[in-house]
Parts: sequence; C-alpha cells; structure tokens
Amino acid sequence: MTSVLATPAATVAPASPRSATAIETHGLTKRFGKSVVVDDLALSVPTGSVFGFLGPNGSGKTTTIRMLLGLLVPDAGAVRLLGSPIPSAARAVLPAVGALIDGPACYPWLSGRQNLWRFDATGPDGRRSTRKDRIDDALARVGLSAAADKRYKAYSLGMRQRLGLANALLRPRQLLILDEPTNGMDPQGTREIRHLIRELAADGTTVFLSSHLLAEIEQVCSHVAVMSAGRLVAQGELRALQSARPTVVRIDTDDTQVAAEVLKVRGLTPSFDGPHLTATFDGTRPEDLSRALVEAGVGLRGFAVERPSLEDTFVALTGEGFNVAQ
Amino acid sequence: MWRNELATLFRRRRTQAMLGALMAVPIVITLVLRFAGGPDNGEGPTFLSQVTNNGVFAVLAGLTVTLPFFLPMAVAVVAGDTVAGEGSLGTLRYILTRPAGRSRLLASKGLTTAAFCLVATALVAVAGLITGVIVFPVGRITTLSGDTLPLAQGMTRISLAAVLIGVSLLGLAAIGVFISTLTDVPVGAMAGTLGVFILIGVLDALPQTHGLHPWLFTDHWLSYTDVMRTHIQWGGVIRNLRLQGFYVLVFGALSWARFTSKDILA
Repeated sequence: MTSVLATPAATVAPASPRSATAIETHGLTKRFGKSVVVDDLALSVPTGSVFGFLGPNGSGKTTTIRMLLGLLVPDAGAVRLLGSPIPSAARAVLPAVGALIDGPACYPWLSGRQNLWRFDATGPDGRRSTRKDRIDDALARVGLSAAADKRYKAYSLGMRQRLGLANALLRPRQLLILDEPTNGMDPQGTREIRHLIRELAADGTTVFLSSHLLAEIEQVCSHVAVMSAGRLVAQGELRALQSARPTVVRIDTDDTQVAAEVLKVRGLTPSFDGPHLTATFDGTRPEDLSRALVEAGVGLRGFAVERPSLEDTFVALTGEGFNVAQ
Repeated sequence: MWRNELATLFRRRRTQAMLGALMAVPIVITLVLRFAGGPDNGEGPTFLSQVTNNGVFAVLAGLTVTLPFFLPMAVAVVAGDTVAGEGSLGTLRYILTRPAGRSRLLASKGLTTAAFCLVATALVAVAGLITGVIVFPVGRITTLSGDTLPLAQGMTRISLAAVLIGVSLLGLAAIGVFISTLTDVPVGAMAGTLGVFILIGVLDALPQTHGLHPWLFTDHWLSYTDVMRTHIQWGGVIRNLRLQGFYVLVFGALSWARFTSKDILA
C-alpha cells in the first residue's frame, strides 16, 4: 500500500497492469441456429483510442458487443477486455467498463435517479457512501439534473439515451463501450455527446463507439473497424484506412486536352467530367503534378486533391445495397 | 443488492395494487360478517364461523380464503416476473454487465420472491387482525379440539399458522422463478406458473393420481390448521416444510443451471 487515500479510479483498476489493447478478440464466432452472425472476428482496440465500430444493420455489431461484455457465450474464439479474459474475469474487469448496449433500458416506474441507484447497487465497486454524489455528477454530465426525479416512463427518447449514458459514467472507467450513443438525440445533444466523448478520451479512457453516423465517427475517432455480414472487412487507424482508398485529383481548366496529355505522360488515366478533368492518384505528388501542368501552359482555374470521405470508404467496403445484410 | 431489489419490487404500483387487493379480502369478509349477519354455525370456510365471537379469527378466515387462489396468483405474478421481467425491460443486460454475477442475481431474485410470499401473507393477516379487533369482541381462543387457550398463547398459534402459510407458497415461487428464466416474456412466465399451480391442484383432487399426491406441493397446504389444535400435530406441518424445501432445492438448481448458461439477447 503506497497510498492510504486511494482515489476511486485507483480502487477500480484491475490487478493486471494496463494492457496495450483495451479490447482484443481472436477467432470470435457466434451462430444463431444455422446463420453465422459473427465469423472469426479478430478485433484489436488500442488502449487510449477512440475506436469507431461500423457496419450496416445486421452485420453483427451488437452481437459482438454482447460477447465482449459476457452476455453471450461465443461458439468459438476468445475475448480479452483490459488484458483479462471474458467471461471468466468479468467480475474483476467489468467494473472498469461502462456500457450502453443496444439502447438504454430502465425501470419505467422508478425515477432517473432511482434507476441509477438501482444499477449502482447491483454490483461491486460502487461505494454506497459516494453513490449520491456520483449519481449527481453523472446526471449533470449528461445534462439530466433537472429531470432526475421524474419517472423514466415520462422521459423522451433523447432523455432515456442520456440516462443510459449517465449509467455508463457512474464510476471511473478505463473503457467505455457505447452502442449508438446519440440515437434519438437532438443536434445539440449529439454535439454535447461528441464533446463528452472527446473529454473522456482526453482523460485516457478508451472509447469503443458503434454508430451509423459516419460523419460523427469521422469527427471523433482515431481508429475504425468495419464489419460486413459478420466478418471484419477493415480495421486500423482512420487515416491509414482512408489513404488506402484512392485519392482523386480534380482539375478545372479550359485546356482539357493539354492537361490530359500531361496526365497521360505521368501514367495517370484522365477522365472527362463535364468541364473538369479527374484522375485517380497513384502516388504522384500533387505538387509535382501541378508544376507539370503549369509548365505545360495549362491555365488552371482549380486544382483539387480529394481524399475519400469515410462514407465512400464505408460503402466501398460494405457494398452499396440498401438491404439488411444476410 | 437484495435491499434494492426489494425496494424496486415494492415501489412498483402493480405490487402495491396486488397487496392492497389481498388486504381487502379479510377486510371485506369481516365487514360482511358484521353487517350482513354471520353464517350458520359450521358452514362456510374453516374459522369463518368463529370470527363474530372473536375478532382475532379474522386473521385465519382471511388466510383460509386467500390461500386457494389469491395468494398463489400474486406469487405467480411476482415470481414469473423476476427474470423475464428484467429481460423484457432490457435491464437484465445492464445488471449483468454491472456485473452483478448471474448466481448472485438469481439468489437475490429468489430471496426477494420468498420475502414477497411472507410479506403478502403477513399483510393479509395484519389486515384481518386490525379489522377483526375493531369490529368484533376479542377473547380466549377456541381451538379446533374444542378447548380454549389464553389470548396471548392463541395469538402465537395464529402467527405460527400465518408463517406456515407464507412458507407453503415457496414451492410455487421456486417453480415461478424457474419458468421466468426460460423466457423474456413476463406474462408468459406468470401464466405458465399459474397453469402449473392449477394443474397441480387438479391432480391433487383426482383420486386416480393418489400415488402422486405426496409429491404435489399443495398436498399439505392445509397442515397449518394443525397448529390450531390444543396439542399441535406436527406431522403434516413437517411434511409440508420438507416438501416446500424439496421444491425450492430442485427448481432453484434448475433455475441456476438455466440462468448461468443462458445467452442474454434481451
């Protein structure tokens, strides 16, 4: 014992030292009947990252999250959370993990505050002496203090979502697993949550975020993984993933023929897009190309290098179809 | 955790309404006896005819009337809701990832349901006692053997009978909790529990299933009347306690086996 006055954060930390990955799975597989919902999944979520978990409806995201938290027993494979195996070490590890799974769920006949009290009372590491203060803090953090004593029954969807988040924030956490945290929230609410996630990440909490709102993921996440039909189709740093997709150069000029020649000489394949000329970049440095164009006497009105958006990347990885994945 | 479980159960309007309805039964019976004239001696349920002479008997009259159906129905609702109710609300996933521990949660649910059995029985008894004492005279207690006991001793006997009735409900409660672990539809679990109760009642009434009777949890439900004899006859009481213990053990184990290996999809 080096410190007598242990902070709550210190009491929550599991015995094992901080592992390099907050979440790690190997060969994780889950079947429901004959359909394989999650297939040989190898996730690796670095400690300290804000990790976006993407995939179309029915691609196995929520099933994966349920396995991470020990609610479902995998048919094959293993899960390690904060360096310890799940579900065997669940009792030691889960107190340091806050979760919002598949939407909020509370007792309709209890108030927001009573609901948080109930959840906190059902497990370890939620000291009774600090409970009232922790609940007040969590409610204030999600902007729900004013409605804390209303019955959950009377809450709007956005308020329910906020209460679910407050539950995830009741104790100091090393890892937050948030499944669609801004579902049903107004634009201000969405902004507040984004701000909250950044704040938590800055404090060193790893945030595992599943969302359909790609713009949101793009704004907050450092890493992403993309699921499609139960399989992991991409995983890594957001920037690396995006740069793996081709960058496009768009040239706005009247001298399209000359410009096309310059592109061809440099091994690019130009295509005409109305008054523009576009080509897929292949490693040529933009500054070299622009200089070559100017030296060839092309009158440039516009020269733009367009990196693919996360949406483009996502659609390219998971397919354009509007149907729920089979 | 257990304390909070109880608070959550008793804060619920449905629980309060059920307990209120149960308490109304002895009150209504007592008032009917007072204002509509007593029944002819020897007719009606056991103990009913004694209420007008001694208000304390309203306790036993109320319990005797609620035991065949009202109490089991309330127990089926509460026990059937234990796990299935949390499942249908979705709160089960938050409690288990808290992590409450599945065995611990189940134990807490079982204890809460047992507490409900005892509290519901006690409330019926208290409602009967208060109404009976207000409306009718109180005096020495006449036993089923025909002797009289001093009031204090008689009250102890009546309290013992009430506790035994509460304990008689535990077997049904255990079945209800087990059925509740099988589904995420609380109404289904409640109906299933009530169905089992009715089936057991029918089997217990059929002479053809005589060999089965000692194994049916309702078989010794009336053994509580034996403590109202001058010399208590313990045989039936003990058989009843053993039988309830057996059901609690068997269905407790089944619930545990089911719940600790269950995939939580709700």
